[in-house]
Amino acid sequence: MELTTLTIDAARSAVQERKTTATTLAEAFYSKIEKDDPKIGAFLTLSKDRALAKATEIDALVAQGKPLPPLGGVPVGIKDVMVTRGVRTTAGSKILGNYIPPYDCTAVARMEAAGAVVLGKLNCDEFAMGSSTENSAWHPVHNPRDLSRVPGGSSGGSAAAVAADMAVVTLGSDTGGSIRQPASFCGVVGLMPTYGRVSRYGLIAFASSLDHIGPLAKTVRDAAIVLRTIAGRDPIDSTSANVPVPDYVAELEKPVRGVKIGVAREYLGEGLDSQVRKAVEAAIQKLASLGCQIVEISLPHTKYAIPTYYIVATAEASSNLARYDGVRYGYRASDARTLSEMYRRSRDHGFGAEVKRRIMLGTYALSAGYYDAYYLKAQKVRTLLTRDFEEAFKKVDAIVTPTSPTAAFKLGEKVDDPLAMYLADIYTVTADLAGIPGISVPCGETKEKLPIGLQILGKHFDEATILRVAHGYEQAA
Amino acid sequence: MKVTEKDVAYVADLANLELTGEERARMLRDLNSILGYIDRLNELDTSNVQPMAQVSARYGMDQSQRGSEGFAYAGREDVHEGLRKSLPHDVALGNAPDSDGTFFKVPKVIER
Repeated sequence: MELTTLTIDAARSAVQERKTTATTLAEAFYSKIEKDDPKIGAFLTLSKDRALAKATEIDALVAQGKPLPPLGGVPVGIKDVMVTRGVRTTAGSKILGNYIPPYDCTAVARMEAAGAVVLGKLNCDEFAMGSSTENSAWHPVHNPRDLSRVPGGSSGGSAAAVAADMAVVTLGSDTGGSIRQPASFCGVVGLMPTYGRVSRYGLIAFASSLDHIGPLAKTVRDAAIVLRTIAGRDPIDSTSANVPVPDYVAELEKPVRGVKIGVAREYLGEGLDSQVRKAVEAAIQKLASLGCQIVEISLPHTKYAIPTYYIVATAEASSNLARYDGVRYGYRASDARTLSEMYRRSRDHGFGAEVKRRIMLGTYALSAGYYDAYYLKAQKVRTLLTRDFEEAFKKVDAIVTPTSPTAAFKLGEKVDDPLAMYLADIYTVTADLAGIPGISVPCGETKEKLPIGLQILGKHFDEATILRVAHGYEQAA
Repeated sequence: MKVTEKDVAYVADLANLELTGEERARMLRDLNSILGYIDRLNELDTSNVQPMAQVSARYGMDQSQRGSEGFAYAGREDVHEGLRKSLPHDVALGNAPDSDGTFFKVPKVIER
């Protein structure tokens, strides 16, 4: 049995049925990481003590003949923007280079309470700001499918770890596409739940009205199992929604026949790579052959999504990142003589170029004289973008689009052109702005054997439908 | 709208960043390029559109349980689930770059 290729249910059953132990399983993953990660760069910190303690606990349950919880003994990885008590958490930034959090992120705590074994923390763009993971302050991540290419971002480590069998599933975060786009680039499944579906407590803030935690997995079923584990109201995040959590795994078994699927012409226009278009059109045909009803729809404000996003997200980021001042935690410049100098130098040395660029853009958009022209304007266009979806969802149950306009690009290809990098998020930012859920599921490859992703968007709090459609497609493809 | 060197210096000051000369030049170029793209928002007439700051103000929440800001169950003094124990003092100071065991220590505060 190849331990590192198992899905959640297979791994849990193997431990439960004593074909292996949770400890053996964790060690198999650590050996795989030791062997393969030097060329990929997915992990930043390994939490071996914590993982092996949890594995021992799971093995004791088996020895006592007790049933394992849903993730019992399953090795997982966590994007380094989610805090882990006693385990270094950097958000991919030098400013948090030595940060040892005193508490756990709710989503991580829920994974562990369900039996998951946390192997370590995964590389990402600094503060999740980027689309290629090249903005990590530590080192870039290489796409396991082609090491000369990026894994996407910002959850590049989370996607690469799953693709390279260095974790069964991982948690990522999505503010503008940061789960779905890397899932698409690495050929795995990535789910962004509805805003408020999963607690953000302990997620290091980038843009609070846009940040989401979600799973990256080998199968849609695994993504559903993780969502079922982490979803639901959390009293310590007042934006987490008190909406009942369905059994997403049971919902997968419902047929897709009759589901109305919207196809928006705005997502299949200029800038879309021809091979990606072909793969997505074939996927739409496949869904039609499964009995889905394909309906043409329009989302007319789509071309305004990127400019809206880069104002809203950077404005919120400039405010959220004001907390990094070198006083209570994180990096402090040692040469400052006054408090003001200490703030400035700590931030100057601690933040990387892209983070500073976004802080500057956001501060500018919020500053007196420009607030109405930029921030208020973007908030109004956000309403228009959301209304586009409201209108569309009167006619359809889900919308399918490409996840990204291209397959994975080369490392270094876009680093000097921030605008070109931002356009990599063109099909994903709309869902973050509207707060609707989205999933990326693999839908074929380019001639160069690079994975292509199909994005399925759903109504607020209707993850069940997009998971079901994704599962139906995955099983048929 | 065109960002000037003066704007860059002013905004860096607001953001508590110093930035080197090289960084400022790069910032000037990048901000103008990005804002040039963002200006396409002006093609839209939004005079009768309400701004949207939050998704949860719009969706998914039971109306009766909304707080005044549109958030569900925002911390309120009569909702005790919001009251949690503070971190122990030593743990709260555990990541401090400099402390005396009771307080965070910082360099002298002098007016700029």
